[in-house]
Order: sequence, then C-alpha cells, then structure tokens
Amino acid sequence: MKINFLLNGKETEIEIEPDRRVIDLLREECGLTGSKECCGAGECGACTILVDGESRLSCLMLAAQLEGREVITIEGLAKDGCFHVVQQAFVDYGAVQCGFCTPGMILAAVDLLRRNPTPSREQIREGISGNICRCTGYQKIVDAVYFASLALQGVN
Amino acid sequence: MMEIFFPDSLDELWAIMSANPGGAVMAGGTDLLVRIRKTGRKPPALFCLERIDELKQIRENEKVIFIGAYVTHQRLLENLTVQKRLRALWDAVSVLGSPPVRHSGTIGGNLCTASPAGDTLPPLYVFGAEVDIRSKSNKRSVSVAEFITGPGRTSLHSGEIVTRVSIPLPAPGTISRYYKAGKRKAMAITVASMAVQAKKDENGIIELIKLAWGSAGATVVTLPEAEEFLRGHTLSEERLRQAGKLVSAGVTPIDDIRGSAAYRRMVAGNLLLRLAHEN
Repeated sequence: MKINFLLNGKETEIEIEPDRRVIDLLREECGLTGSKECCGAGECGACTILVDGESRLSCLMLAAQLEGREVITIEGLAKDGCFHVVQQAFVDYGAVQCGFCTPGMILAAVDLLRRNPTPSREQIREGISGNICRCTGYQKIVDAVYFASLALQGVN
Repeated sequence: MMEIFFPDSLDELWAIMSANPGGAVMAGGTDLLVRIRKTGRKPPALFCLERIDELKQIRENEKVIFIGAYVTHQRLLENLTVQKRLRALWDAVSVLGSPPVRHSGTIGGNLCTASPAGDTLPPLYVFGAEVDIRSKSNKRSVSVAEFITGPGRTSLHSGEIVTRVSIPLPAPGTISRYYKAGKRKAMAITVASMAVQAKKDENGIIELIKLAWGSAGATVVTLPEAEEFLRGHTLSEERLRQAGKLVSAGVTPIDDIRGSAAYRRMVAGNLLLRLAHEN
C-alpha cells in the first residue's frame, strides 16, 4: 500500500507492506539508520521517534499507522546545519559514549522538555526511564538534559 | 501479511469485523505487537481503533467519569479529575511502562490484556469500575471483576469490543493509592501491588475500605476478610500488621522469573503497612 506522511519535515510517499514495522520502514526503506533496534519489544527505547510530537517506539508501530502523521527522527532534529539544543548539550556534557542509545535518548529528552520545560533532575530520570544506556551510568545524560532545559529557558 | 484497517467509526468497525473473520482488535499495540512478533502467529487482519474519536472521549458528571477505551495512559496522567479524585489510578499509570509506552498504551488495552500484573486493574477494582462492551447488535456493561475471568482471559465474546470504562467518583474525603513493587522503577512488570480506597471519620476510624492486589493470583485478588478486619478501627501499625498476616495467607500468587510465591505473599501483606503513613 501507499502511505503518505511528513518525515522530518518532508512530504513522503512510500509503497510498503502495511504490516512492516516503522523501525524497518525508517532503516531499510528510508535509509534513516539513526533510529536503532535493540530489544524489538518496547523495553529499551533505542528506537524512540516522535510521532505528532509524542515519543513513540518505532518497533511497536506498523507502517500503516503513519498515514497522515508527522514523524521526527534523530536525523530531523538539527536545523540548518545547527544541532538542536538537546543534541548540543549531549556533546557539551559528554553524554554520549558508545552512542547506540543516544538517538532515542535525545528524542525522549525532547519529548520530556515539550511536556515539562523545567524538569527537576528526578523528573529527568523519570522522563528518560524508558531508555536504557549501558555505558554512561546516566549521570552525564541527566546533566545534559538539565542544562538543555536551562538553555531553552534562556538561562546560561 | 496482515491487512490493517483504520475504521473512523464504530459502524465502520462492525462492517470491517464481519467482513474479516479471525482478525484481531488493536488498541495501542504495546502487548499485541510484541506477542505477534514473539509467537510469529499473525492474525489475517488487524482492526486498529486509533482513529475512532468516540473511543477517545473522557466525560464526567458529578458522580461518574466515563473514560473511552482508547484513552492513553498519558492522557489519564494529565487528566485533572484522575489526579485529584482517582489518585490510585493516577499512581498506577505513573508507574506503568515508560513515557513512550504511556503514549501508546490505553486503558481498554490494559483491561483486555487481562494480565494479573496489569497496573490499572487493582485501582479499577477498588473504585468499582464498570466496563462498557459493544458489538454490532448488542450493548452491555459488566463490573471489572466480572470482565476479567483469568490470566489473559476476559468475558468478551467474539465480535465485541470494550468501548468505555465508567468509574464512580469517590466521595470527598476519600483517599486512594496504588503501591507497586517491581524489579526497578520503570519498565517493570509488577511483582506485587496493592490498590486501596479508604474513608476515615473525624476520629481516624475507617468507615469504608476497599483493597485489591495485583500479581498475587490468577487475576486481581480481593480479600473481604482483610477489609472487614480494618473497618471500624484506626490504621495503627499494629492493626495493619495483623491484617497483613490475613493478606499473606489469603493471596494466591505463583513462582515465576520475577519472584517466588513466598516473596509475593510477604510483599502483598507488607504493602498494607504503607497505609500507616498516609493521611
């Protein structure tokens, strides 16, 4: 079937089996390999994307569900060659180690800051609680999200 | 390949369901899609409820809140009436899965999955929720206890779906809570949990108390003898400890990978002690 949706700001039409998973559509049909697959069962958050602004797990969505929706993946977050504030904070605060969880982690953080622009550190932990990182121990990720929230509020 | 349908209305859903026998109804998909992938058993068709507006409504009057089956956990978390008057349900959705899971998963889906560990179920029991069921030609309502018939089993007949959950709003002054013990704080399947709804008089004497335990039996467990033991008394630690013994003896948990039956019995009883610290 043909599906039409907005992918990282671009009108996209794709011919695909309706029951293919969104993670496969993104990685194999669209060549967007930023979204990672790890557990394939909604447990780890590596495949997190934004659908109509909300964090969703692309391993637990089917291609047909995207019809008419707006999808943002990690590839669509930077604007005009400039990192999103959250991406820049991950760089500045050393929140990336192996990098596998990073795309999902960043999109989970963007989703959190949309819902709660002034989170406490505890609320940040809760906001990224669906994203597993096996390298960093989370401390630097929490730092990055915290300082990104300050930057978005215009505090330096 | 599964055919996937997105009806816009219940009438359209009924037509699609009768034309595609053997298909499965999908709400948020957080359980169903995992199960399909794990077992490799694909139904011939999926009937997705996500574009049926009627199933996404939340309405309320002074006495009852009506929650559409396709209301996501995230929307429950953000609903002021749930926050203020159905705190046990709010507690439950706040510890259910993770933010992306709560953006997909729905109250109707949690009911129909009918897991003994389903986090919304014990609160729905203590609030006395009713489940509204529709099919092409029929409408009926059952209590949540009648709806859940076993682990993964419900009283839904073929051709029926859950359309709405109706929850009577507790009288002012009633407190409710949900306590969950899991392996970690997020993305954890419940090892043992307890929901409570209680009302005290001005002297702190319990007038009304409803209790329900999750992951403590084949379905949600209720123990009228424990409620009876606490009614008419203050919630002293000593009274709660004695009631906890009734609970540990009364629940019927199993051993599994997440915990032993003996551990679950102990935790189910000990969760009562948290009530000593609630006002």
